[in-house]
Amino acid sequence: MSEILNFHFDVDGDDFTSAGKASVQVKKNLRQLGLPPEIIRRVSIAMYEGEINMVIHAGGGKADVNVTEEYVEILLCDNGPGIKDVEQAMQEGFSTATDNIRSLGFGAGMGLPNMKRYSDYMDIKSKVGEGTDITMRVNIN
Amino acid sequence: MTVESLAKLDGMTPLVLCEPEREIDGVYIGDLLSWVMGNASSGDAWITIMSNINILAVASLSDVSTIVLAEGVALEEAVIATAKEKGINIISSELSTFETAVLLSHFL
Repeated sequence: MSEILNFHFDVDGDDFTSAGKASVQVKKNLRQLGLPPEIIRRVSIAMYEGEINMVIHAGGGKADVNVTEEYVEILLCDNGPGIKDVEQAMQEGFSTATDNIRSLGFGAGMGLPNMKRYSDYMDIKSKVGEGTDITMRVNIN
Repeated sequence: MTVESLAKLDGMTPLVLCEPEREIDGVYIGDLLSWVMGNASSGDAWITIMSNINILAVASLSDVSTIVLAEGVALEEAVIATAKEKGINIISSELSTFETAVLLSHFL
């Protein structure tokens, strides 16, 4: 039986300066577990994009990372405004970020596309007015 | 070339050198953070004019060898302190982004 390792994080929605904290911590944890550098890079980038999205759009949320023998799974859950049109949001360059956010270098419309690009599996469940749940998996082998 | 040898070139000033021996394998230029995360390769020197604290997370997660802050852009003390804490190399360049890239190209 393979044991599942879980890391849980509360993503603070107010603090833009510490956004990315959870992803950097996950990177450290995965390094300690001795996972291959390219897997760690893919997991931490995919998670960072999700974390930033939760800070920018949803006022924070929760992140869980499960490590199994087969894959690293990232679960992101927020009670934000939801995504009206997921297909549109997945297009490179599409963004609803404000000018203020853009001036910080975000809002390029690459967040969700990067998450898809760096994961082997991605599922988005979103309801307008209720929130968004995202599952991503990066295969280890 | 190493990050330290880049920092010694004319026009370059080391702001944080936590890993001076880190090898620079390539160069990536960009100011849109997600774009950089999606396209920079591990070991690249990342040339940018963005100076807010979020560049540290991007540099750390994309595993670039150093941030090169071009065009003489200033960096807040708080960002420098956090970079030291997180072990992220930062070099300030008084050259333009283009000139910085041309300079780096001679050593790659």
